Amino acid sequence: MNAKTLGYILKRIGLAVLTVWVVITITFFVMRAVPGGPFVGEKAITAAAQAALEAKYGLDKPPMEQYFTYLKDVVTKFDFGPSLKQRGRMVLDIIADGMKTSAKLGVIAAALALVTGVVLGAVAALRRNKLIDKVIMVITTAFVSMPSFIMGSLLLVAFSIRLHLLPANGATPAGLVLPVITLALYPMAYITRLTRSSMLDVLGQDYIRTAKAKGVSGKKIIFGHALKNSLIPVITYFGPMLAYIVTGSLVVEQIFAVPGIGRAFVSSIINRDYPMIMGTTIVLACLIVIMNLVSDILYKVVDPRINLE
Amino acid sequence: MPLLEVKDLRTSFFTPTGEVKAVNGISFNLDRRKVLGIVGESGSGKSVTAYSIMQILASTGKIVGGSIKLDGQELVDAGEKVMKTVRGNRISIIFQDPMTSLNPTYTIGHQLMEAIMLHTDRNKQQAYDRAVEMLRLVNINEPEKRMKQYPFEHSGGMRQRIMIAMALACEPDILIADEPTTALDVTIQAQILELMKSLQEELGMAIILITHDLGVVAQMCDEVIVMYAGSICEQGTAEEIFYRPRHEYTKGLMRSIPTADTAGTKLHPITGTPIDLLNMPEGCPFAPRCDNAMKICLTQRCERMQVNDEHQAACWMNVKAGVEDGSIEIGGEDGDADA
Amino acid sequence: MSKKFSLHVNMDSFLPATEEEKAYMVQMRPSSTFFRDGVKRLLKNKVATVSLIVIVAITLASIFVPMFWPYSYESMLGVSPGKPVDASYNNLRPFQYGATEQAKLAAGERVFPHVFGTDSSGRDYFIRIVYGTRISLAVGFFASIIVLIVGLTLGSIAGYFGGKVDMIIMRIVDIIYSLPDMLMVILLASVLKVSLGPVIEGTALARIGSNIISLFIVFGVLYWVSMSRLIRGQILSLREQEYVLAAQAAGARGGWIIRKHLLPNCISVVIISTALQIPNAIFTESFLSFLGLGVNAPMPSLGSLASDALNGLASYPYRLVIPAVVISLIVLSLNLFGDGLRDAFDPKLRT
Repeated sequence: MNAKTLGYILKRIGLAVLTVWVVITITFFVMRAVPGGPFVGEKAITAAAQAALEAKYGLDKPPMEQYFTYLKDVVTKFDFGPSLKQRGRMVLDIIADGMKTSAKLGVIAAALALVTGVVLGAVAALRRNKLIDKVIMVITTAFVSMPSFIMGSLLLVAFSIRLHLLPANGATPAGLVLPVITLALYPMAYITRLTRSSMLDVLGQDYIRTAKAKGVSGKKIIFGHALKNSLIPVITYFGPMLAYIVTGSLVVEQIFAVPGIGRAFVSSIINRDYPMIMGTTIVLACLIVIMNLVSDILYKVVDPRINLE
Repeated sequence: MPLLEVKDLRTSFFTPTGEVKAVNGISFNLDRRKVLGIVGESGSGKSVTAYSIMQILASTGKIVGGSIKLDGQELVDAGEKVMKTVRGNRISIIFQDPMTSLNPTYTIGHQLMEAIMLHTDRNKQQAYDRAVEMLRLVNINEPEKRMKQYPFEHSGGMRQRIMIAMALACEPDILIADEPTTALDVTIQAQILELMKSLQEELGMAIILITHDLGVVAQMCDEVIVMYAGSICEQGTAEEIFYRPRHEYTKGLMRSIPTADTAGTKLHPITGTPIDLLNMPEGCPFAPRCDNAMKICLTQRCERMQVNDEHQAACWMNVKAGVEDGSIEIGGEDGDADA
Repeated sequence: MSKKFSLHVNMDSFLPATEEEKAYMVQMRPSSTFFRDGVKRLLKNKVATVSLIVIVAITLASIFVPMFWPYSYESMLGVSPGKPVDASYNNLRPFQYGATEQAKLAAGERVFPHVFGTDSSGRDYFIRIVYGTRISLAVGFFASIIVLIVGLTLGSIAGYFGGKVDMIIMRIVDIIYSLPDMLMVILLASVLKVSLGPVIEGTALARIGSNIISLFIVFGVLYWVSMSRLIRGQILSLREQEYVLAAQAAGARGGWIIRKHLLPNCISVVIISTALQIPNAIFTESFLSFLGLGVNAPMPSLGSLASDALNGLASYPYRLVIPAVVISLIVLSLNLFGDGLRDAFDPKLRT
């Protein structure tokens, strides 16, 4: 690794940290802008009780002071405060609980998307313009255009309701099949197209022609010379893929009643549970920012063209 | 028997906009230990000819006619199995751009040994030794060190030497060099050409040298083929072609080279632009740009004709000259009658 | 050479060819302008043409159908003020008639069929779908225009002024670019939904609905970044060309070249980018509506219709399938058309 790459990495880390800070700040002040508070709509409580609640949760102090206290708590102790709606539970615990299920869902979906996408993309590139290629392209275009909640709902209707093949509830292992598939469809389609175009690009390179001119067999060219180079751009997609899975899980967990962090987030928005909204936004945002960072760095390190300097 | 016999080769590319007739019926022979130069502009079909021989055309390209015989064995339609034993083994090719012709993610050693182990019975250690030997042969110092390095760590000239080493590792009968020095500095050019010449003598192989640089041709080649728009204009020994060109295109090329004698006078480029291979006109492809074009040139192609034992040309001017000095008689509508 | 020829050759053929004859043999392809070339290529692309037709058809339908459709999207057919609720209008299947309607038919009245049935409040579903389409298309279109305006302005400023201004704007772009957009969108949408309501009440904007306004604000704030980068890049390359041409002392001819070659490229890049932004906007809008952060009831959106349908999914699955298919069709056609536009006008952009 040379100095230029190192400099790039440091710059990206700096940007990532800055982004996280911006996220925390924006989230905090945006929530403050909402008129009324988390207690609006509840049964009428006495002024004294209200004041007590506000004092307990620190809502009576001036905004800037609240902000810095919050910032400090989050960064040093990962303490997002207590949930305003689920009495007695800390936000961090709720998030941790939800993450267990959601992470499982997400990782399986990502793995599925990656493996299927690369295989299909390679097949399409190698059989370019033949029937299988056209079929794959049409299907992936369709999946890339359909919002996840559409796919999810359709799958739910088809497999769960009409055919009674899989349970609608996400709490059981079998019940995770449909949510995983729903989450994986868009990334799979995207990765297929990415792999295909990357492979076509690589196959047109001079060094592939050299290999053929040496007498290397077709199979060896594909798996040896071409594949390694083709997969490099796929690394750049890791970050956006995670972002998609995170936001997709919001919807998918709603549809399939999966007890994960996505569903918790949506309810916290409806209930205006300040600490919960902020905590979840920050955690999820950090996850995405970190993944983007890892993806960017990996790409720069692995790309042989960079090493030409 | 000539080592390589190409007869009436036709290669086309089938694109969405139509059939591009890149090579339109060319024939030539290559003898052992000879250096054949193929000269022409971009788009003349010289590279496509080479790729057709090796059958490494792009997916849209196809040999649509003719025959290519290597030592009597027909290669066209011989199938991939046969071609895989030919490529890198009996015929090798080195390409124009050494920067992009080597895989950036494999070490040099790997790429060299791959070729060796594919075509010979050597085991890994023997292949390694052979690879090191080849690197030494092409005058690369510290060959063991280089084996572990990657292509991007070397300059253009070095990479071209590595390409040559890779191409010659299995001692092919024919080395095809497609514009081997075009992408290199002038000083490196000379070195590479020197290297190729000495290797040719040492290893006893034939070389097909494809270039648009007439200077390179003059330096290296025993015989020359001049191509334009997919057809051969003229072929013969280097001396014949350079000193006594008999095709208007070749004459134009020779005229356009500035020499010490012509210093101070105007340059004579060939006017006009290359032809559109999608819309080939009838008649001689060079006619629209030819200062001496005649009416017949626009409507009929001239066949290849012997100028002398070592020289053939396809130009109506020769026919006209022949008629004028009496060595050719032309028949009228129906057979030989005197003009 | 000593040969006897028996060709159809006569001495006239050896006369020199004239320039006209030579020129005639060389066929040139007819030249046309950049724009016409692009349109020709676009129309040749069957997929893109079909997609365009589909979009136009859907758009026209969403504009004109409500004009003659006898049902409105918000009227609950069983509800009349002062009378008890007539539940026979609720939850009708496609083309099914409720008890009251059957009575009317028997009495000889003409009752317009409910092509998609009715929802649980007795509203005609077909017209709600049509209105939902209208909202989605309108939101997508106007959001993209907003993105275009903001991006164009900021990108031009950055490119034109350069220096510090450029650096500041580009830093902001970098940060916004690295923000996880969907999370921010959800956050902003959920807050604006609540806080905008009282702010715009009484103004003309209230008619459009606070949610849609908040959506536009969200788009304007977050999605302008790629457009501005594009514009800035174009302006920078334009300036480079100018300097080069000035150095060549081409004078007025230089300006002509810029106009003829560079500007069409700029414009086409902008148009393609905007065209591909529209399905993105529709996507986001339906996503937010699905989560309940979209348009205000009773205005339907395809996303909210889908979300509502989740409740009665077992019994009335078509209520989900129909808006799902419509959204997919719209987004798919727009994407395919955008791809076709890009292939036709700027193949360099092809991924």
